[in-house]
Amino acid sequence: MTELSLKINGEDIAADVEHRLSLADFIRDHRRLTGTHLGCEHGVCGACTVLMDGEPVRSCITLAAVADGTEITTIEGFDDDEPMSDLRQAFHENHALQCGYCTPGMLIAARDIVTRLPDAEEDRVRLELAGNLCRCTGYVGIVKAILSVLDQGRA
Amino acid sequence: MKPAKFEHQRMTSVDDAVKALGEADKEIRVLGGGQSLGPMMNLRLAQPDVLLDLSRVDGLTDIEEDGNRLKIGSRVTHARIEDGEVPGTTGAYMQFVASGISYRSVRNRGTIGGSVAHSDPAADWPSALLALGGHVTAAGPEGLRTISLDGFTVGPFSTGLGFDEVLTGFELAVLGPGARWGYYKVNRKPGEFADAIGAITVGAEPRAVCGATESAPFRVPEIEQRLSAGADELSVVDARNILEEHDTGFDDYELQIHAVALSRAVKRAFE
Repeated sequence: MTELSLKINGEDIAADVEHRLSLADFIRDHRRLTGTHLGCEHGVCGACTVLMDGEPVRSCITLAAVADGTEITTIEGFDDDEPMSDLRQAFHENHALQCGYCTPGMLIAARDIVTRLPDAEEDRVRLELAGNLCRCTGYVGIVKAILSVLDQGRA
Repeated sequence: MKPAKFEHQRMTSVDDAVKALGEADKEIRVLGGGQSLGPMMNLRLAQPDVLLDLSRVDGLTDIEEDGNRLKIGSRVTHARIEDGEVPGTTGAYMQFVASGISYRSVRNRGTIGGSVAHSDPAADWPSALLALGGHVTAAGPEGLRTISLDGFTVGPFSTGLGFDEVLTGFELAVLGPGARWGYYKVNRKPGEFADAIGAITVGAEPRAVCGATESAPFRVPEIEQRLSAGADELSVVDARNILEEHDTGFDDYELQIHAVALSRAVKRAFE
């Protein structure tokens, strides 16, 4: 077992966990924050994406032990976040989800796109989304939603 | 919980890691960003007993230009290179390569040193850095040593690092402002591991690399000679004929995609 102390969604957390525990399993099974989804569990599908010290990372291939001392934001932690509020509204308006499995990771990746690449056009948005798999929507609604938030920022 | 049981040890210095490697009596692996080893452990393709985590080790994250050498620490992430932190023409080449590695959320964690030490034949950096030329720096029980990038990658998951050495960084050739470069990766979706890589730099001494092979990436002297002689294009047929003379073990399809990758890399270099 190894001792951890980290912040999740602003809350200080101390825990004693198995060395091989992933950050994703710590978030879901130990903290009961089940908004973070697990798809492929080897870094391809993007469903488990969370912010670590402000940057998106794959929580399924990041060990909980490695996250010691960091600040994690899961999909439950964006209540007062402006870009995320805009994206939630835009996802709703543009039918950017159907089953919702990819949505937590998709929103966190989308937030990264609109904050890091304010000038992105459709081709770039689609390229950036290569790391988040959605098997329902065909991406049309997701891309429209992200572009609408980018356009708001450029207006 | 997907990986087999292991012990995670936080290293506070490279020396600690070298010592731990030297004293190991079990399978022991150095952990950089964990973006290749992590998936392999989740799939149980890798089952190390001990992981030496370098994420707390200071001094491995610097990027500095030192005359005609560019020093890059092993723990520099792909994302930092993508964001243009490496200066000059070499930086532009590395920025292009980095932006095609997996996805942003992986590039935020994955490191250049980890990629080269891990030595997956389908990864970008082993081929891309061979086309640049320079040295790997490694820390071992006797201190630091440099190892040429030529021949450093021996084969799949196999490098010139000793069992008790830790890759600490790179000293890379600096491409002049007029130098050209081209990199082409054959894969079915952006960010995936490559099926074939063609990497070309045309600086003082042109270098051409055929990568994502079944084994180590290799330089193609026939193409380098043509570039030295002033060639600014390479047809797929020529590339294929040249590769056929090498002992690659490629089947017909592999020969074709590697020839295409090299031909398009040359095209990109002179666009």
